[in-house]
Amino acid sequence: MEAAAEPGNLAGVRHIILVLSGKGGVGKSTISTELALALRHAGKKVGILDVDLCGPSIPRMLGAQGRAVHQCDRGWAPVFLDREQSISLMSVGFLLEKPDEAVVWRGPKKNALIKQFVSDVAWGELDYLVVDTPPGTSDEHMATIEALRPYQPLGALVVTTPQAVSVGDVRRELTFCRKTGLRVMGIVENMSGFTCPHCTECTSVFSRGGGEELAQLAGVPFLGSVPLDPALLRTLEEGHDFIQEFPGSPAFAALTSIAQKILDATPACLP
Amino acid sequence: MEEVPHDCPGADSAQAGRGASCQGCPNQRLCASGAGATPDPAIEEIKEKMKTVKHKILVLSGKGGVGKSTFSAHLAHGLAEDENTQIALLDIDICGPSIPKIMGLEGEQVHQSGSGWSPVYVEDNLGVMSVGFLLSSPDDAVIWRGPKKNGMIKQFLRDVDWGEVDYLIVDTPPGTSDEHLSVVQYLAAAHIDGAVIITTPQEVSLQDVRKEINFCRKVKLPIIGVVENMSGFICPKCKKESQIFPPTTGGAELMCQDLEVPLLGRVPLDPLIGIQEFCNLHQSKEENLISS
Repeated sequence: MEAAAEPGNLAGVRHIILVLSGKGGVGKSTISTELALALRHAGKKVGILDVDLCGPSIPRMLGAQGRAVHQCDRGWAPVFLDREQSISLMSVGFLLEKPDEAVVWRGPKKNALIKQFVSDVAWGELDYLVVDTPPGTSDEHMATIEALRPYQPLGALVVTTPQAVSVGDVRRELTFCRKTGLRVMGIVENMSGFTCPHCTECTSVFSRGGGEELAQLAGVPFLGSVPLDPALLRTLEEGHDFIQEFPGSPAFAALTSIAQKILDATPACLP
Repeated sequence: MEEVPHDCPGADSAQAGRGASCQGCPNQRLCASGAGATPDPAIEEIKEKMKTVKHKILVLSGKGGVGKSTFSAHLAHGLAEDENTQIALLDIDICGPSIPKIMGLEGEQVHQSGSGWSPVYVEDNLGVMSVGFLLSSPDDAVIWRGPKKNGMIKQFLRDVDWGEVDYLIVDTPPGTSDEHLSVVQYLAAAHIDGAVIITTPQEVSLQDVRKEINFCRKVKLPIIGVVENMSGFICPKCKKESQIFPPTTGGAELMCQDLEVPLLGRVPLDPLIGIQEFCNLHQSKEENLISS
């Protein structure tokens, strides 16, 4: 019997994936949300844990703002987004009295809440738990990895945008993964080009190629490039299911391909 | 100091760290040792140091990736166009220091002299400091918890020999956490002119920026205004405008009206054209606000 932490609320979670970046604003929450939706459309039961305490974006992206969190006998019940309970979410966003309230906490208090989020949310049976993180390599990241370590996360999906200023921060994030023993499942390059709706010219708004070059340099898999897609951005604003509603959109192919690579990289579980 | 339990006896009371409500509070040990009762001496030291700095502006957002560093860098360059104005750019994003790359100063090192650390000068009248200059490789990760980051920020404010400066621009990381609390706390006695808050038009940014505005109000930091970045994209081929980041909830304009903060301007996703014009506009607005 393993001498790790008692099983607790993560006992029924088969695979844990962290979504990281060193850089802010590259689309971690977007990729976390779309990956979760794509995995669910592939028939998996998925949970999303949003540990960005200062800027919790995921409730809005899934149309769940204002939902309340309830206590159950095993701790906090996550917010279920569908009747079938195939996709669930926990975020500090649900715990704020007012949505514009700032969470102005120093490290130790953030660490304490993250530990609670990891141990006290009654996730039940899940195929995947996708953990969305804030930018950086600091308290939240260390607390999350320490709390999840006994449950052996599958690895990290690292998100970048093509330009040098993002790649520069993401190189540091890869070092962080190496130092903390977190396997990098691969790099996703987001915001890879924008196709002008007027003339269909594709412009590399945020430069090009950085994500793939970084993957080669660092010796990690390159999972794909996701273009800037106005349909995707709109559904995130409105809290709809992009994967279901826009199968013809440019970003759809990229996102479903990334999800498939995650499915292929997931080891089969014993029943 | 962190947020404390509801029935906190007070950091400088006799019961500090010893009361029943202190159990489990992260500050308990600090309070019990009596450290909470005395202010950090660095605050006075920084006040002295900052006497040679006329204006201090923080560039904030709640959101990552909206262009704080890009804006800070271009504002610094814009203000430094006047050779008689001395500009200092301080990057307190400890985990993701972007300023060296944006300013073309990667690989530069910081030197120490008798009067402290020397900033890296990109022009005679524009000095820069960032943790990026202290790292020996682009792969080096700064994996520090809050207290160590705070210590670095204290050093940047107290130990850098800025000299006589007209404008100190402080670029910050996203969020409302250690770095933000520390820079406001350490500059408390030295008077910050105010904050420029950067956003992009879409709601996923605005919802974080509203929190940042509330943070500023909570810590009594004046808000100079909001800049909406990545506001529209001009196609280089057909020259028509599209909204890559759609302002589905009214963009920064409506948010600024609702929260009664000035909208300083919009910068399109075409930095070569937009930023320089904007800097000139902003500089005159800044000077008007400061002189009034």
